[in-house]
Amino acid sequence: MAESICRNLRDGALEGEHAPALSIKDSIATPFGSDVFNYVLTKLSSNILAGKSQSKGIVLVAFSRSPSFYVDFLKTNGIDLVSAKKWISILDCYTDPLGWKDSLKGPLDTENFSLKDPIEAVLFRHVRNLDLLLSAIIEMGEALARQGKGRFSVSIDSVTEMLRHASLSSVANLLSKVRSHDRISSTFWLLHSDLHEIRAIAALEYLSSMVGSLEPMNLSLNGQRGDLEKLSLLEQNSRKGKFHVRFKRRNGRVRVMCEDFHIKQSGINFTPVSSEEGIINQGLLPKVQFNLQLSEKERIDRAKVVLPFEHQGNGEPMHIYDGRRSLSEGKDEKASVLSENLQTNENSGKGEIIYFRDSDDEMPDSDEDPDDDLDI
Amino acid sequence: MDHHRSSTLLDEALALDWTQPRVIVIEDCVETNGAFVLHHVLKRSLALHTSSTSAVIFLAFSQPFSHYDRILRKLGCNLVTPKDNKRFVFFNLLTLECPDGDEGKTSGGLPSLYREIQKVIIALHEENRKSITIMIDDISLMEVAANGSTNHVLDFLHYCHTLTLEFGCLLVTVNHGDIYSSMERPALLLQMEYLADILIKAEPLSTGLATDVHGQLTVLNKGICEGQGNSRNRTHNFHFKVKENSVECFYPGTRT
Repeated sequence: MAESICRNLRDGALEGEHAPALSIKDSIATPFGSDVFNYVLTKLSSNILAGKSQSKGIVLVAFSRSPSFYVDFLKTNGIDLVSAKKWISILDCYTDPLGWKDSLKGPLDTENFSLKDPIEAVLFRHVRNLDLLLSAIIEMGEALARQGKGRFSVSIDSVTEMLRHASLSSVANLLSKVRSHDRISSTFWLLHSDLHEIRAIAALEYLSSMVGSLEPMNLSLNGQRGDLEKLSLLEQNSRKGKFHVRFKRRNGRVRVMCEDFHIKQSGINFTPVSSEEGIINQGLLPKVQFNLQLSEKERIDRAKVVLPFEHQGNGEPMHIYDGRRSLSEGKDEKASVLSENLQTNENSGKGEIIYFRDSDDEMPDSDEDPDDDLDI
Repeated sequence: MDHHRSSTLLDEALALDWTQPRVIVIEDCVETNGAFVLHHVLKRSLALHTSSTSAVIFLAFSQPFSHYDRILRKLGCNLVTPKDNKRFVFFNLLTLECPDGDEGKTSGGLPSLYREIQKVIIALHEENRKSITIMIDDISLMEVAANGSTNHVLDFLHYCHTLTLEFGCLLVTVNHGDIYSSMERPALLLQMEYLADILIKAEPLSTGLATDVHGQLTVLNKGICEGQGNSRNRTHNFHFKVKENSVECFYPGTRT
């Protein structure tokens, strides 16, 4: 499913339609949005390098990580950066977003770094001016996708930071212009959902054709859990979680899918969701030493057990002994049945109580006290 | 013995090293003061085995120098000598005020404070001091100094974060969790938690007050712990008791 996101971004925009846009959102309980972002970035990069994708290059707008981080990250994930200047460039809004460093001339000017770096990084110092930012993005992208009407992708590593510097309407304006630009093939961005108002999240989700949200494996149901439980939850959620993706089709159909993810030293791993029962067991029930639910086999076995007084419904007429023989049954039959019974009893060794009523006068199983007439 | 064990427990959870940039965020509350973690890291930063290459920049919004000097002396660490040697650079910001409408300007208030820090770091770097620690005590008072502008404080912290990457510094901040407890979206607190590589929370015991346990620490170390198994994230939880000259840390139930 993370695969299908990457496929969607790779295939890009159809003529006369919006570019596919993915927004990735996480929260403090599962702060692994950047891992997903980096995963998508690597996949798209390798697709571009292999020439499989519609877009010919990526403009990476870096707000929360430095360009050198991305260089190292792409290198360690096996992306060949030899020809990187032809297909990726970074708009560096991290190093000096507000121009505070402007007046300083230290030995650490970023220009020195960019010469050494395999990826071209352009320093951007006016993050509050989104019009300027948009034109910088377009300019860099067009420089990458030089030939003819080549398209490029735009990725923004923190819309949260953008929203801190500019109003929601201007950020939405920028994103909307990006996805409807005719040279842009696809776009994706990351935001931290718990730092914004609900309306801001909704506005950004309307702008995206895919929403990937990271959620904790185990939501704490109430705040009144014990310390140990809270700690083990924290430990569990610090490594894995659930990844929900909502695809919006052109015709308005919405599809929601879910996957598990694990954070490993090497990066993020996506696995199909474990079975429904697993989720119930992990999600709702506390961990105990015995099973609270039966497995499928146990349930079948339990259904096979014959209860002692249960009517088995195997076709034979049912006789419920009422204390006397019905008149239809003759005396001979009774005797033969009796002798037969005696024989089988001997053979099988089964215990049986045989009871003959003395006469028909006797009331069957009367409630009367038999010693009633005695004066005791 | 106790002292030895306590320091290893906290050190093990923090897994401090100055070879890679790290952000340490300490959150405490009124009932449980977490300042002792700050003092511990301060002591460790100055007492590195390669002490000639280490330096600390301290932004004090809450206490004057004499306060830290007294406490660190109790812990067996002298601050005056490193201060004279410029290994301990102390910014007294108790009376810092940022003029109104500071946002958007690139001078005065926090921007010029940032520039001063950068100058100091560049100077330290030229002296070949590679293990630099920047400490801020505390963020909530910085917010007060910035006229309550959360955004402005976050901008400042972002710039401090860029310094940690450029120079491989350690950034240590203290904040108070309960100040934001009534807010639906405590932006400053959450943003710091996103930024943190190591998050330390000091809380009172959930079972109430106790004479020989002063509180509990929860340490979430998001950084990679090498040589500690295959897990990338690690959580630690232990109780502590603040003593006159040291802090004793122990796992719940291990103390007789």
